[in-house]
Amino acid sequence: MAQETATQEQVKEKKVRPLVPFLRVPDGWPDEPAYIFGSRCQECGALFLGERYACARCGAVEKFDEVRLSDEGHIYVFTVIHQTFPGIEAPYIAAIIDLPEGISVRANVYGLDPNKPDVSWFGKKVRMKVEKIRVDREGNDVVAPKYYVVE
Amino acid sequence: MREVAVVGVSMVKFGRYNDKDVVRLASEAAVGALRDAGIGIKDVQVLVSGNLYQANGMVGQRIVKEIGATGMPVINVANACATGSTAFREAYLAVASGAYDIALAVGSEQMGKMGLLGGGGGGGDPAYNPEGIMGTNLMPGVFAMTGVEHMRKYGTTIEQFAKVAVKNHKHSTLNPYAQYQIETPLEMVLNARMIAWPNTLYMCCPTGDGAAAAVLMSAEKARQFTSKPIWVAASVLTSDPWTERNPTMWDVNTLTRMAAKQAYEQAGIGPDELDMVELHDCFATAELVHYENLMLCGEGEAGEFIDKGMPYHRNLGGKIPVNVSGGLLSKGHPLGATGVANIVEIVWHLREQAGDRQIPGAKVGLAHVIGLGSACTIHILKR
Repeated sequence: MAQETATQEQVKEKKVRPLVPFLRVPDGWPDEPAYIFGSRCQECGALFLGERYACARCGAVEKFDEVRLSDEGHIYVFTVIHQTFPGIEAPYIAAIIDLPEGISVRANVYGLDPNKPDVSWFGKKVRMKVEKIRVDREGNDVVAPKYYVVE
Repeated sequence: MREVAVVGVSMVKFGRYNDKDVVRLASEAAVGALRDAGIGIKDVQVLVSGNLYQANGMVGQRIVKEIGATGMPVINVANACATGSTAFREAYLAVASGAYDIALAVGSEQMGKMGLLGGGGGGGDPAYNPEGIMGTNLMPGVFAMTGVEHMRKYGTTIEQFAKVAVKNHKHSTLNPYAQYQIETPLEMVLNARMIAWPNTLYMCCPTGDGAAAAVLMSAEKARQFTSKPIWVAASVLTSDPWTERNPTMWDVNTLTRMAAKQAYEQAGIGPDELDMVELHDCFATAELVHYENLMLCGEGEAGEFIDKGMPYHRNLGGKIPVNVSGGLLSKGHPLGATGVANIVEIVWHLREQAGDRQIPGAKVGLAHVIGLGSACTIHILKR
C-alpha cells in the first residue's frame, strides 16, 4: 500500500524529463542550465555520449570520467528529410554536429531554409538550446536539445 | 577449410504477393534451387534460413514442414539487410568446415508496403521517440548523409548520385526478375519527389516481397551433380570497428573496406579482375561510396567513375559492371532475400544463363551487402 501511495504522488508531481539519456536536466531547470554529457575512457581516451558500461574502442570496463559537452558545435553533414512518419513535420534539416570535445551529436538544425539545401552549410556553427517539446503519457514535460544556427 | 561450390540457385521475382505468405515464397525458391541442382530435399543435410521481420517465426522450420520435414538441422538467421547473405555464409561454413556436404540457404521476406525503415520507437511512450527532433535515424536520411559526407570530402554532385539511379534503372530493363523495369533518364531522376536530400524517389530502393535460394556442396559432391560448379572464392562477414562518429553517424564505409580487403586476400583476386559486382545500392548515394570502398576506383574518384560510365554493363560501354540486375533500386530489396539473390544473379552470369543481360565471358563476380547496425558481407564467386 505504501508503495502504491508513493507512486501516485510521483505521478501527481509533474517532472521534467530528457528526450535522450545524454541530456542532463537539473532540478533547477530552466534557471539552472541543462547540458549534454559524455563518458571518456580512462584507458584510451575514447569519448561516448551519455553513460557507458564499457569502452567499445579498448574494452575497459567501468573506467570512465564524465565530460560536460559544449553547447556549441559545427555542422559536419546534413540532409533534408521530406518523407517521414505521420506526425513529424517535414521538410526538416537533420544533421550530424561535431562538438569540440571530439564527439558528434545527431540532431535537427533550425535557422536555415530546408527548401534550399546547400554545401555552404558544411561547417556552420550551431548552438544548443534546451526546450520543452511535448508532454508524455504521465503528464511530464519532455525536453530536448535543439540546435540553432549562430549568426 | 574445404572448397565449396554453388550448384543450384533460384529466385522468386521480387514484387508484392498478397496471395502468398512468406513460407510459400521461400519454399518456391528452395524447390527451384533443389531442382536446379538436380537433388531433392532428402539430400539436404542442413538448411539455413534468412528472414528479418519474422526472425522469431521459425521460418526455416516452416519451409521444411512445407517441402520435406526430414529432421535435418535448421538454423534461422537475422542480420539486418545482410540477413540473406549471412544465411548463405553460414551454409557455406557448414560445408567448408567439413561438417556437412550439402547445404541449402534460403533468404525470404514479406514486407508489403512497409514504408520507411529504422525509426521504430519500440513499445514505449511515443513522446520519447527522438525521430524528427534528434535528426533522423530512418534509412533514407542515414544513407543520404553517407552521400553528403562524400560531397563534403570530394565535391561530389547531386547529378553524379542521380547517374547511379539512371544506370541501375537502365540495367533493370533487361532483367525480368526486377521488381521495376522502368528506364529513368537523368532529368526524371532529378525532378522526382525528394525523399531525403539529395536522394529523390528513384534514388531509393522499394520495399517488397521475395525469396531466393542456393544449394552449396563440397567439391566432391558438386562434381557428381554438375559440370559447371561455381566456386565460393571468398566469404567474409564484418561488423563495425570503433570509429569516432559511429553510431551517432552510421559508418557504412569502414566495415565494407575491411571486408573488401579480407575478401580480395582470401580469393587471391584483385578488384581489377572482377567481371561484375552486385553491391548494396539501397540508395543511389550508397552505391557511389562503395565504388571506392570496394576499390573499383581510387579514393575520391567515385564521381568521375560514374561520369565516365565505368560501372555500366559492358554492352553499354562499361568496364566494371555494377548492378547489371538493376540493383536494389530496381530489382527490389526484400531484406532477407536480397543477399541470396545477389549471389543467384552472379551464378547465372558465371554459368552464361543471364539472358539478355549476360555479361559476355564473365568468370568472376563479387556480391556485397550491408545491413545497418552493422553487418557487411562480401562473397567472391568464380567459375
